[in-house]
Amino acid sequence: MVGEEILNILKEKFGKVIVNWKVKGVYNPYARIKPENIREVAFFLRENSHLQFDYLMCLSGVDLGKGMLGVVYHLNSISKKHRFTLKVDVTRENPNVPSVEMVWKTANWHEREVYDLFGINFLDHPDLRRILLPDDWDGYPLRKDYQVQEYYNGIKVPY
Amino acid sequence: MDKFLTDILGSEIGSYIIIAILPLVFIVPYALFAVWLERKVSAKMQDRLGPMYTGGWHGWAQTIADIIKLLQKEDIVPTVADKKLHLLAPFIVFVGSYAAFAAIPFSIEYIGSNLNLGLFYIIAVSSLVVVGLLMAGWASNNKWSLLGAMRSVAQIVSYEIPTALSLLAVIMIAGTMNLQEINQMQTGWFWNWFIFQKFPFVFLAFIIYFVASLAEVNRTPFDIPEAESELVAGYHTEYTGMKFAMFFLAEYANMFAVSAIASAVFLGGWNSPFGDFMSGQFWGVFWFVAKGIFFIFIQMWLRWTLPRLRVDQLMYVSWKVLTPWAFVCIFGIGLWLVL
Amino acid sequence: MGEIIANNKNTNLRTEEMVVQMGPQHPSTHGVLRLEVTLDGEIVTDVKPHIGYLHRCFEKQCEAMSNYQQVIPYLDRLDYIAAISMEWSYVLAVEKLLKIQLPERVEYIRVIMAELQRIASHIIAIGTYGLDMGAFTPFLFLMRDREMILDIFERTCGARLLYNYFWIGGLSHDVPLDFIDRTRQFCNKFKKTIVEVNNLLSYNEIFIKRTANVGVLPADVAINFATSGPVLRGSGVNWDLRRDDPYSIYDKFNWEVQVGKGERGILGDCWDRYMVRCREMEQSVKIIEQALNQIPEGDVKSAIPKRIRPNVGKMYVRTEAPRGELGIYLLSDGSTSPYRVKARSSCFVNLSVLPEISKGAMFADLVAIIGSIDIVLGEIDR
Repeated sequence: MVGEEILNILKEKFGKVIVNWKVKGVYNPYARIKPENIREVAFFLRENSHLQFDYLMCLSGVDLGKGMLGVVYHLNSISKKHRFTLKVDVTRENPNVPSVEMVWKTANWHEREVYDLFGINFLDHPDLRRILLPDDWDGYPLRKDYQVQEYYNGIKVPY
Repeated sequence: MDKFLTDILGSEIGSYIIIAILPLVFIVPYALFAVWLERKVSAKMQDRLGPMYTGGWHGWAQTIADIIKLLQKEDIVPTVADKKLHLLAPFIVFVGSYAAFAAIPFSIEYIGSNLNLGLFYIIAVSSLVVVGLLMAGWASNNKWSLLGAMRSVAQIVSYEIPTALSLLAVIMIAGTMNLQEINQMQTGWFWNWFIFQKFPFVFLAFIIYFVASLAEVNRTPFDIPEAESELVAGYHTEYTGMKFAMFFLAEYANMFAVSAIASAVFLGGWNSPFGDFMSGQFWGVFWFVAKGIFFIFIQMWLRWTLPRLRVDQLMYVSWKVLTPWAFVCIFGIGLWLVL
Repeated sequence: MGEIIANNKNTNLRTEEMVVQMGPQHPSTHGVLRLEVTLDGEIVTDVKPHIGYLHRCFEKQCEAMSNYQQVIPYLDRLDYIAAISMEWSYVLAVEKLLKIQLPERVEYIRVIMAELQRIASHIIAIGTYGLDMGAFTPFLFLMRDREMILDIFERTCGARLLYNYFWIGGLSHDVPLDFIDRTRQFCNKFKKTIVEVNNLLSYNEIFIKRTANVGVLPADVAINFATSGPVLRGSGVNWDLRRDDPYSIYDKFNWEVQVGKGERGILGDCWDRYMVRCREMEQSVKIIEQALNQIPEGDVKSAIPKRIRPNVGKMYVRTEAPRGELGIYLLSDGSTSPYRVKARSSCFVNLSVLPEISKGAMFADLVAIIGSIDIVLGEIDR
């Protein structure tokens, strides 16, 4: 199924929560969803018999600049062999996104990594803690305005 | 032999001391040789060369170099370890393996102690090793060592049963537990050896004994207690220097003791396979050691070929495979003898 | 007697669970991985992996590079055992953004190098798996053949392990004159080695007892956890990116996707995953031989652009690395240096399955399960 058809099915059910989209002329067609509704959209995409997006390829965080952070969900269907992308934008002051760990279990570790490196808080995540950095690290490194801390437990950090 | 020595030395105690130390004089050079042999055998099987430089010809002095290195290492005891037990453990393990050498006949003239209960004594005293292993695991104050020690104890204790049962099968044929007499019954050409008697029961008993003895010595496929990739080094993780060398020495001594019993009981001990040709006092020692080293070679061969069994599979093999078949052997031999 | 002990409430037998750290330094955790294992006797009740000991800030580093080509050596060091596959994803992403058309010779050489790398990586996976199980010999037999592969790589690009060979738009060096003969020689020798290893390890009763029915991963759990590569195929899911999300010229060759069939135990156990790797090596040899017969002449550097400045865009591309699906999410803001490079690594996702499949296994099985998932910490921690 092509991106446009997927978008139409999505628009029928969730037209109000789609902020914008681009499905023509891009390698990865996407739809931007309002953050509060991402879990319902995810459930729908997984359960719908025409779409069957049962495989979450990648969940990444992006620092979009201008005070916005984003989360990108790349979805894939093993049975139908089509792909789609969902995007979510949040502000730095209020970086809360509902977790999709209940929909695809793989999101558990991916969301921990996004929390670790960007500071985006995933609501209802069963075990949200840092995964790559030490538990008592300060700050969120992949943000563009990150300043590395001077000392970590007595060790001088800047190289 | 004790009369011969008493005549020379003029005192009985002196001769007994020499008889007791003689196996030690044998074990130490044998252990050096066996470690070198293991490295060469494993290298040959893995398509590489092994030690080549130390000492010149094929690195024959490699083990001597290793022993010197181990002797001068610092003896590290963990602060929270139980010091007395930590010190005693390697010695008890070694004593358990060494005490078995008292009843093993190296030749028609030389046997440490001509016990009428020879086999019984050997099986009993090699269980002392279990106490030593448990001490080593517990005293190290290390969860890994404890796990390794417990597994080792479970393994050795379970595998003593098939060992004893398969030896019982031979005792029934021989009618005596005295190892010297068992050897004397197998004089002549090699078809007099017990392994070819009452076929196939004694052969089956031999296979059971060999497999069970692999487990007694903690060799692959039964080397879970020292499984390098799982428990780092099992019960001897926290040992360094000379104490570690003691464990090592005990393992090789045990290997030889077990091979010696296999060759004495099943393969004719110090008897030459060709009847009177090449037989006599000193030829006896040669044949005995040769048969022992043959079994050691097979043990090494198995170690480098097979993967290791898991603990519960190990227990399964002992209780549900080896023990019932050992009983079948005994039953079969019993019937044969009666009918 | 059995009833008395079984009713634990009536007796005073108190058993405690032991928490053991299979710490960062351990002979069989394949790298610096810390596992917090809760044991009830010998049975594992919970496993918590702690990663991050090898985190080298790959993604932040890429943003600091001044151009796109400088990122490629960093990608080598992600999964250092399968470096070529790591480079290929990224190079493919940038080429798609730039819309470069590659010469055919470049595509053929890339396929041959990637399949050789797949064989080398699976050799390590299989060899060290045997080592974990206590079979010391197959490892050394296989390493002998891996030396031949590394020699081929060294003659081509000068490096044995971390190549910097795939460049954006082409390759760094053309292959030497004796490349085709040497690779054919290797393929002929390797077919015999696979037979040897199968006899020695794969169909060995003790090995089967250790790995069959252990760590069973059902297919729907595997898909929900987004596993990929041999872990996914070992559970019976017929999914291979080279065929199902095609890139490069894999459709020109005649080869089969290897899927676990549950031959020696339940479908999705460790033996299935291990056997998928063994059989994939044979298929890789097939692909290499066909590619060697069809390779055309040409110049490998003709399509390399002078300045790499892609248009503003976002690109998610994935390739089939030996351990699974390596995805590169590339964001370009129109300048000469990347804005965001995210590496979705296969081992990171495959390892998240570990707590799920090892509940109720014995402690020795944990080692077997980790070995069958085949992790490399460089890729997990990036």
